[in-house]
Amino acid sequence: MHEVSIMEDAVRMAVEAAKSAGASRVLALRLRVGTLSGAVPEALRFAFDVVCRDTMAEGASLEMESVPAAGWCPVCRAEFQCADFINECPRCHNPNGELRRGRELEIASVEIA
Amino acid sequence: MCKECGCGLGGDDVKIGGHSHDHGHDHGHDHAHGHEHHHHEPDHGHGGKTLSLNLSLLEKNDRLAEQNRGFFRAKKLLVLNVVSSPGSGKTTFIRETAVKLAGRLRLGVIVGDLATDNDAAKLRTAGIPVVQITTGTVCHLDADMVAKAAAQMDLDKLDVLVIENVGNLVCPADYDLGEDLRVVLLSVTEGEDKPLKYPPMFHSAQVAVVTKSDMAAAAGFNRKLALQNLERVSHHARIFELSAKTGDGMKAWLDFLAEQRAA
Repeated sequence: MHEVSIMEDAVRMAVEAAKSAGASRVLALRLRVGTLSGAVPEALRFAFDVVCRDTMAEGASLEMESVPAAGWCPVCRAEFQCADFINECPRCHNPNGELRRGRELEIASVEIA
Repeated sequence: MCKECGCGLGGDDVKIGGHSHDHGHDHGHDHAHGHEHHHHEPDHGHGGKTLSLNLSLLEKNDRLAEQNRGFFRAKKLLVLNVVSSPGSGKTTFIRETAVKLAGRLRLGVIVGDLATDNDAAKLRTAGIPVVQITTGTVCHLDADMVAKAAAQMDLDKLDVLVIENVGNLVCPADYDLGEDLRVVLLSVTEGEDKPLKYPPMFHSAQVAVVTKSDMAAAAGFNRKLALQNLERVSHHARIFELSAKTGDGMKAWLDFLAEQRAA
């Protein structure tokens, strides 16, 4: 359910950007969605069509880039893949990894006309 | 409006200190232009022009939170955002913190709740300055609500501002309010696996407090397991164990606050 309000914000930002550039239509939105962002891509897509209705973005296409979660181990001074918020380094088992990527919920760009 | 659960989509019914505020949900309002725009741009994908935005979908809240943070720093306030599930003992914990800090540090509270001002009344009775935010259908506080509530407080008479968030371990995780420290509570009557079930919230906190420690035996609380889970998810957090009711363990927490305020 929360994906509806994410998409509302995304479409609002896209429409604002298009208007300030003097465009009349939003043709496409490109989002970056981290695997730990809590947002489900399928649900975002479902919400998108509903939210675009009666806006400049009606009929626009939605492209989503998934950002895999990555942690940083200060001991190994290297990145590692992480599946959740438990940031244990798989090499040295130091539990104090720092989450570097994976929580993104961003609008990367819009295509306007 | 909340990206976590879609709450608050229905109406603008946030009340701060008993007054209704229009809580700006900037939906794009279409203003008709007298002419059509025809752009003939080179073809990229959909035949339009690409604008790079690279904005967080929470950009507006993040920006307001940074404004709050700067304002609070200028006022030399230590600001805490206290989060937990409903019934973990936030209000009692905050009340006892304020009462026991009296004479040392002056504490004020912004209280968020979906409905009722029962928590605010409980704090007011103890002589603590309180501003209530009734969020209506919104399940978390955001930076804008906090700015408006803070404007109703005499901040120059305070050293510590505590924001008691809405009881919810999901949505408030993503909303920075401009606090210095996010304090998450875990009561011994909840499952020891709460940190594993709600990792974004526990991960985002700088302080984790195990509350109601006086009830640990009756609740069959597995302390070792709970601390292990906290250390896995909130590995960077300072952990305190206490009972606000009996006062057990409160001293370490109060000393920590005094130390943070001085820093």
